[in-house]
Amino acid sequence: MLDQNANVLDVANLKTVFNTRDGMVHAVNGVSFSLAPGELLGIVGESGSGKSVTMMSLLKLLPMPPAEIQGGSITFDGQDVRAMSEDRLRRLRGGEIGFIFQDPMTSLNPVFNVGFQLMEPLRVHMGMSKAAARVRAKELLELVGIPDAERRLKDFPHQFSGGMRQRVMIAIALACDPKVLIADEPTTALDVTIQAQILELIKDLREKLGMAIIWITHDLGVVAEIADRVAVMYAGQIVEHAPVKELFRNPQHPYTRALLETLPKVEGPRNERLLSIEGQPPSLSEAPSTCEFAPRCKYAFDKCRTDNPARIEVGNSHDVACWWDPTTGGPRDA
Amino acid sequence: MLNYTIRRLIFAIPTLLFISFIIFIILDMAPNDPTGNLPLTIPPEVRQKIRESLGLDAPMYIRYLLWCNQFFINEPLNMLHQWFGWCIGDCEGRLRVESWITRSPVVDSIVERMPQTLWVVGMSYVVSILVAVPIGVISAYKQYSWFDQAGTLVSMIGFAVPTFFTGLVLQIVFSTMIPSDHWAWLPSKYNTLHEVTDWQSFVYQMRQMAMPVTVLALYNMAQLSRFMRASMLDNLSQDYVRTARAKGLRERTVVLVHVLRNSLIPVVTVIALGVPTIFGGAIITEQIFGVNGLGALLIIGIQGADIPLVQTLTFIFAVLIVLFNLIADILYGLLDPRIRYE
Repeated sequence: MLDQNANVLDVANLKTVFNTRDGMVHAVNGVSFSLAPGELLGIVGESGSGKSVTMMSLLKLLPMPPAEIQGGSITFDGQDVRAMSEDRLRRLRGGEIGFIFQDPMTSLNPVFNVGFQLMEPLRVHMGMSKAAARVRAKELLELVGIPDAERRLKDFPHQFSGGMRQRVMIAIALACDPKVLIADEPTTALDVTIQAQILELIKDLREKLGMAIIWITHDLGVVAEIADRVAVMYAGQIVEHAPVKELFRNPQHPYTRALLETLPKVEGPRNERLLSIEGQPPSLSEAPSTCEFAPRCKYAFDKCRTDNPARIEVGNSHDVACWWDPTTGGPRDA
Repeated sequence: MLNYTIRRLIFAIPTLLFISFIIFIILDMAPNDPTGNLPLTIPPEVRQKIRESLGLDAPMYIRYLLWCNQFFINEPLNMLHQWFGWCIGDCEGRLRVESWITRSPVVDSIVERMPQTLWVVGMSYVVSILVAVPIGVISAYKQYSWFDQAGTLVSMIGFAVPTFFTGLVLQIVFSTMIPSDHWAWLPSKYNTLHEVTDWQSFVYQMRQMAMPVTVLALYNMAQLSRFMRASMLDNLSQDYVRTARAKGLRERTVVLVHVLRNSLIPVVTVIALGVPTIFGGAIITEQIFGVNGLGALLIIGIQGADIPLVQTLTFIFAVLIVLFNLIADILYGLLDPRIRYE
């Protein structure tokens, strides 16, 4: 385990709520994780599990109000992010932390050409002149594998295909050489071949540039391919966290196990219908006080319905928030 | 783009010919008699002679063709002669489209009335744009704030209260309740003969414009600011706004560069399409404040069965509408790169 101070990003006990007209929604409930330089952390969970909100909270990118960060600490490179001024925070956004979003079709401004949008962070954060920014923008487009970069700078987003637009987004996120890249389901909206190309590109860029990456996805296959470590989120909490091989070899949480079971197998007999996890994820009008997965869990027992489990170390840098022990099939003695 | 513009301009010709035909037919079918306002002592035979002298005994298609000849050939040539001194053909003896009532050329009286309308109605349009755009932007950005609520209230009032009412209220307050030696006093009637020659007369011009401009601007502003607000709200929730913020841009840049540019696209179209209504004048407001503009001219023409005048004005409005539709389309193409006309 790396020394705490060496982490580029430390998040502890982060809590984010939305104050809506129908009451509060507790979207993120005490999330803690850390990110070492150059590492790729995968964050997995179904829609509404709080993955994106967690990442948006880090840089206060959520509309506030209605969103409100209620507690926890965020430390980037030894500095307290929550205490930062708006100016300092802006330098972090796009300067030291790059963001890629899910839908490249709508994430670029349709009325400005790609060159303008790519040059903006360069001029704001690196103080480049127009000419210098243009040179750098061209290099960036070449870096993300867009042919004929010089000419493409003048093109508008609608003149690019989905995959190419996502490459542009990646170029924008990487423009100022960030220490951390947060990719929020960057391949979800793309078809499979383009998805594979983008994955290759990210792997390649990571090798070249050495930034740490947080990769949000609901696709376990993608995580298995690129992540070093994985955190599984459910109802705004991290329910299991482990190095990628360990997680796939030895899943502890019934939710993770169920997720893995839902994946169709390549070998052996197949089910007629795809497996799914019965039930719906909870809507969180209150901070969780019991295990939120219990209603959908086939192993749930009394304690699950009265106490919310904390994350328990189970060895091999692996921790899980669950009262049930898969090795004994009974309650965990913790 | 140039090809597109030229093609649209060529297409405008049959459109306008068709419109001119419709205008001609409708006015021809109207149960109007240009001699109707003459004293009853004039015997019917004389009335008939008057009608014949106006060319009203000829069949309809002949009158239409003669009118077209007048309108599309003689009047433009005359304008060239008057404005630039270019003389083509018989400049002095050329026939003009004449008003049946005043017996003066229709185009001349329109040109005479134009400045008042442009000053008052045009200024109100400019004012309403300048006020409505910032209000719309702030209202949307601070949705449901007190500013937004107040803006909504003012807009609703602007929409709901007719101009003849706001006009009268303003006159009561600023022309009668405030004594005429007070600085805030405003003249209730617009003096068309007033000429701006020095600072003092300019100030007077501003004062006499203040009320009609306010009345008209309030109505326009209500519409435009609502439109601007809706368009801003549409765009503020777009993904590209989040991207712009994630790039670390200042909030001002995000809103005034990224969001505003996108939000203005539909608003600019609405503004362009509204320009012809300026020339149409504001009939009621012009009436209340005694602005001798095009609106007032049209009303007089209609009341007096002055068909040449009404035809000409209506047709000029039609030309303006066709023209500004084209301008709106071109602006749309310039502002939104996704739209390219080939």
